[in-house]
Amino acid sequence: MKNPVNRRSFLKIAGTSIGIGALYQFGPLLGRAGATQISDFFRKANGEAPTTFRFVQLSDTHVGFQGPPDPLGTAAFEAAVAMVNRLPERPDLVLFTGDLTHDADNANVHAQRMKQFQSIANRINTPMMKFVPGENDAALDGGTLFRSFFGDTYYSFDHRGVHFIALDNVSRGRPEVGTDQIEWLKKDLARFPTTAPIIVFTHRPLFDLKPDWEWFTSDGPTVMNVLAPYENVTVLYGHIHRENFRNDGHARHYAARSLIFAFPDPDKVAEKKPAPFDKTHPFKNLGIRLAASQGGDASAAPLGVEDVELTVREFSGTSGIQQFMKGGKSSGQGNTNDSD
Amino acid sequence: MIRINGLLITLVFVAAILCYGTLRAIGLDCCRLVHAIESSYDTDMALADDNPTVIKITAEKFDFTPDRIVLKKGQPVTFQLTSLDVVHGFMIRPLDIDTDIPPGKITEVTVTPEVTGTYRIICDHYCGLGHGGMKMTVVIQ
Repeated sequence: MKNPVNRRSFLKIAGTSIGIGALYQFGPLLGRAGATQISDFFRKANGEAPTTFRFVQLSDTHVGFQGPPDPLGTAAFEAAVAMVNRLPERPDLVLFTGDLTHDADNANVHAQRMKQFQSIANRINTPMMKFVPGENDAALDGGTLFRSFFGDTYYSFDHRGVHFIALDNVSRGRPEVGTDQIEWLKKDLARFPTTAPIIVFTHRPLFDLKPDWEWFTSDGPTVMNVLAPYENVTVLYGHIHRENFRNDGHARHYAARSLIFAFPDPDKVAEKKPAPFDKTHPFKNLGIRLAASQGGDASAAPLGVEDVELTVREFSGTSGIQQFMKGGKSSGQGNTNDSD
Repeated sequence: MIRINGLLITLVFVAAILCYGTLRAIGLDCCRLVHAIESSYDTDMALADDNPTVIKITAEKFDFTPDRIVLKKGQPVTFQLTSLDVVHGFMIRPLDIDTDIPPGKITEVTVTPEVTGTYRIICDHYCGLGHGGMKMTVVIQ
């Protein structure tokens, strides 16, 4: 079951009921039995004192996509950036969980889209941004373009007592992580005590969410098995263009909403087709999730979570909306009505 | 003589168990192996229905041809998969198949459908902008 953020904690985090992306608050070590052990570990490892912090997850911006079923191009992405910059407290970190760009047949066009993505992302007021690729970014060239902009497709880092792990389940072409990366993951985890808080971020779900919609990672169960000894694991991902929560009894898996067309509930429709564009509700089902650690015993308590849809209030001042309000016809490649 | 026969039977029995255990340990699908063996030897013991039905499927951006097939529950089938352009995927959970189809060769997979229903086979090796819509239907009766 999801752990909703109560009104008080939500306001404390966001300052107002706005949402664009996912805002998480972590207080990983406060008041927890064994906290001293973790605290000492991270202090020795990187000198960082574990403290509460906040971060944002944005996903599936698909820069370059324009046309049915979403004629607004980068409007939602740009609104999301503006929203993050209006948060009452600057987030420590912004995570992007893939499909930064919409794929293009022409490599130069694709590179331009990556550049445009980076240009918009760079407007975010945060000291740190981290990225993983989606299949649109990296499946055809094995991640070459992505690496030229953002470096490795998988890596890890520590931040204020939390170990973050970026996993790449797209650049091998198939929905898989692969044995090399799994061996790397084992080595990466080996130095941590099993009580260390771990956040994995990746593009595709690491479990069979809807295999015949390609919502899975074939060796996801192996990855989760490697993570199984760790007591506090959260997986953040994108790809499915809708919110989703799964507690597999060990780890909590959260999908973020997209910042371009949404997908419907696969349990309610037979075919994988994006939700149609609604002129009167242009950001319908787009947006993000806000989440917060609950109480002082944060490392033991599940993350509090609240999904928030973008509102029209944020829907202004971008090139996409200007074009839309003028009634201009969309252009560009929007030929995929089922790409995720 | 009786003692030797008894020893032989015991050895064969032990070898069979070891072989089965090894196959299980390395994750081979015994049903598929049995069908492969049966299809290799045209013995009087094998029933006609045990010979896999061969179905040829061609993959090309962004379609499978044919895009709909009908299979019979319990009747083994060998898919002969070919790509005409780039690497495609061929994935269906109810038949426990997830393989790549590289161009320039025939990829063979033999299975025995055990569950009736209508299912979707998808390309799960990203092949371009229309990849998300590359699929076909399989009906198991």
